[in-house]
Amino acid sequence: MRFLFKTHYDQDVRLFRHGGQVFWYGLLLAALFVAPWLLPDYYVSQLVFIWIYAIAAIGLMILVGFTGQVSLGHAAFLAMGAYTEAYLHQHGWPFALSLTFSALVAGITGIIVGLPALRVKGMYLAIATLAFGFIVEEGVARAESITGGNAGKAIGSLEVFGLPIDSEQRFYYLSLFVLVLVVIGVMNLLRSPTGRAFVAIRDSEISAQSMGINLARYKTIAFALSAAVAGIAGALYAHKLRYLSPDQFTFLQSIELLIILVIGGVGSIYGAIFGAAFWIAVQQFIVLAKDWLPPAIAQQTGLQPTVFGLILVAFVLFEPMGLYGRWLKIRTFFQLFPFYRKGLFRRQKSYMKSERLK
Amino acid sequence: MLQFLQLIASGIAQGCIYGLIALGFVLIYKATETINFAQGDLMMLGGFLGLTGTLALGLPFWAAFAAALVAMLFFGMALERAVLRPLLGQPAFTVVMVTIGIGYLARGLVTMIPEWGTDTHVLPVPYKDDIVSIGGTDGLILSMEHIVIIAVTALLIVGLYLLFKHTKIGIAMQATSQNQLAAFYMGIPVRRINMLVWGLSAAISACAGLLLAPITFVHANMGFIGLKAFPAAVVGGFGSIPGALVGGLIIGVVETLAGFYLPEGFKDIAAYIVVLVMLAVKPNGLFGENLRKKV
Amino acid sequence: MTPLLTASHLSVQFGGLKAVNDVSFEVWPNEVFSLIGPNGAGKTTIFNLISGLYRPTAGLVTFEGEKISHLAPYEIARLGIARTFQNIELFEHATVMQNLLVGRHCHRHTNWFQDLLFTPKVRATELQFRRTVEEVIEFLELQHYRDSMVAGLPYGVRKVVEVGRALAMRPKLLLLDEPSSGLNVDETEDMGFWIEDIKHDLGITVIMVEHDMGLVSRVSDRVFALNQGEELALGTAAEVQSHPAVIEAYLGGADEDDVPAGAGAAA
Repeated sequence: MRFLFKTHYDQDVRLFRHGGQVFWYGLLLAALFVAPWLLPDYYVSQLVFIWIYAIAAIGLMILVGFTGQVSLGHAAFLAMGAYTEAYLHQHGWPFALSLTFSALVAGITGIIVGLPALRVKGMYLAIATLAFGFIVEEGVARAESITGGNAGKAIGSLEVFGLPIDSEQRFYYLSLFVLVLVVIGVMNLLRSPTGRAFVAIRDSEISAQSMGINLARYKTIAFALSAAVAGIAGALYAHKLRYLSPDQFTFLQSIELLIILVIGGVGSIYGAIFGAAFWIAVQQFIVLAKDWLPPAIAQQTGLQPTVFGLILVAFVLFEPMGLYGRWLKIRTFFQLFPFYRKGLFRRQKSYMKSERLK
Repeated sequence: MLQFLQLIASGIAQGCIYGLIALGFVLIYKATETINFAQGDLMMLGGFLGLTGTLALGLPFWAAFAAALVAMLFFGMALERAVLRPLLGQPAFTVVMVTIGIGYLARGLVTMIPEWGTDTHVLPVPYKDDIVSIGGTDGLILSMEHIVIIAVTALLIVGLYLLFKHTKIGIAMQATSQNQLAAFYMGIPVRRINMLVWGLSAAISACAGLLLAPITFVHANMGFIGLKAFPAAVVGGFGSIPGALVGGLIIGVVETLAGFYLPEGFKDIAAYIVVLVMLAVKPNGLFGENLRKKV
Repeated sequence: MTPLLTASHLSVQFGGLKAVNDVSFEVWPNEVFSLIGPNGAGKTTIFNLISGLYRPTAGLVTFEGEKISHLAPYEIARLGIARTFQNIELFEHATVMQNLLVGRHCHRHTNWFQDLLFTPKVRATELQFRRTVEEVIEFLELQHYRDSMVAGLPYGVRKVVEVGRALAMRPKLLLLDEPSSGLNVDETEDMGFWIEDIKHDLGITVIMVEHDMGLVSRVSDRVFALNQGEELALGTAAEVQSHPAVIEAYLGGADEDDVPAGAGAAA
């Protein structure tokens, strides 16, 4: 075990807790930097999907994992970001500007979607966001002059500060760069009053407001930021796919993002990234497995939803803290070896916590 | 005018379906404070079971109908016992995610079952294409499918009313939904009651599926209609049984009218616009109670 | 001298139930003012009225001469009124340190955008917040639990953490809702010392709802007794305890089981 002797408050505030962390994260970043040169294009392309999904999942994590508000309509924010980016790109805006603007548009949509959150919570909020999701989906399909409607919309090639992003490698670096920026931004929030206000609202609204936190304001900020980050992911997604149609932003897409959070572990940035990586990997694995499995199973169109369902149910039942929780357990096991107890992370059984106590 | 009445009638029939699924949501919500996102998929399973009953086993329609309900009752109970009971006491979000997983599983596995698969099936019903006209040949024309939906829903509601008011189990269910802990201390087997509630809810959904089958056919994704039953439950005030039905009727009628009078596209989102308006005007729904946390 | 807080003709009604009925009192700077009364007397309701969680149906609350009973809870907190809760409302999935830091929330000078970039100003505020929080940690002897998750702490410690979180606000007025409930004799003793220190060393005015009359007599300057939402008696602990109406309220009803001597359960 590592013991930290803090001699300055600054050590509490820093992004990295100790030199070891700086080293390992540096190594990770270096590995990710050389990866596109070593891997075949196909895998680089899959990694890009992981980065984009991770950004979207971090967006949702701000809302669900940190602020404790539910959203069943996050695909709508992806759609807002993606279509804004596609539209602005078509009209010749430079990427840095159009990306910012896409985030802004998605963020403003987030504020509107978040309005019900000021009055209702839990399941009512879930249904309000679900409703908004469907309305945006339908709106995208109908606004043919901007979105191309159900026929879809193609997006031209991308150029960033004069550099054409014409290969998988270049797009890989671009999306990784955006992901790192998003991660740093969210970590900054979490170590500052705004992030703590989010967590306070998640854990107890009553005492959050008694501590001087304006619930309406912070819920709105959480919705706006969450939607803006999802919008950034949407904008990258648009360039990655080069073709947008409304059926990419359905209710099931919103649900997929939630599943990613559960698999990765709700309540941490690691969770969002682990979950996204796992999710993309599973889809690839299903594609690969189809070659080995007997055709009777491999041909089934129901294979993918069955696997998704199994994974989700298994995670909730057996690893409710997600992949990040599993990682924590493994790490603790080695740190405490041989004193690790099996019950160390056991969930406490609580009697049903009722929100409807009078 | 006649056309308007015609629309209202089919809206009511559609609304009954939403109402029944919403009823399934509400029963489970009242008992466990979680939402079963697989409600629509349970409905789909009911439809498929009816299909097997009539086609593969050659049962008469109403016998197959009853058999499917009983089968789903047991399926719902088994589901509760196997997947949901271990999660008792966990946050609602966890349980919701697990029901979403069950929904995926159901949709996936159904397509792997021979005879069911990914195809769209026609459930043969004895009342197919029958119509009843009220007020002569140019009067109001009601299709038999709609009449059966409305009649069966009404019967079911009366049955449920009797169950909750006059049977020991029904009263135990009510007690459990109002205060689980107190019910437990009074000697009510809360877990078994929860299991029954899941069974009942699954059976009601199956009933909706079987009633809907002649209109929309049976297929693996028919359960997505459950997403419109959600707004119905909220409009009625989640947690209120009559509310679920009224909410379903409102959504059904508004949707049908929107489909006829408004531009294309509004039909599909009518339910969601209604629910957003409802949340803005009366967040607790028509029959909901206003509760706040005590400190 | 002007009173720090006044409640005048305060009433609140839930449906047909008059939870608080025409209650008036004044709290002077730097005193410990205790509210006592049997379960359902309206003590916690008065707290909720002061901190803005409920709106009075009649009457008003003023703080430092300004009317506050129309303000939202977060605005009231910003004026310098902190509180704890009967059943502990901590941020369960955060560390003790983070809980206390939330107490500094009203003293932030940065907005979310600066937080996103973690500007030098944010860093400076964070360091300053930690200095204040460390003082509170030292004051309440919470060093050992600084980085523990609240969810895993014993009840007694949580109770102290909640007081700490309120103190981290550096409030002018502190509302303690049953600070000793669920604590053992030693812990109650400690709580008594801390309340005295809060008054003497930190100069914070305290309003306290409490059932343990031992603790009430030890720390209170004045005691206000309530029953069924109405005033019974006001005075020193000894005066109130010997007041006939108070004895009647506690012992008069045959089914009352809540004698002031015992540590009370939740109201």
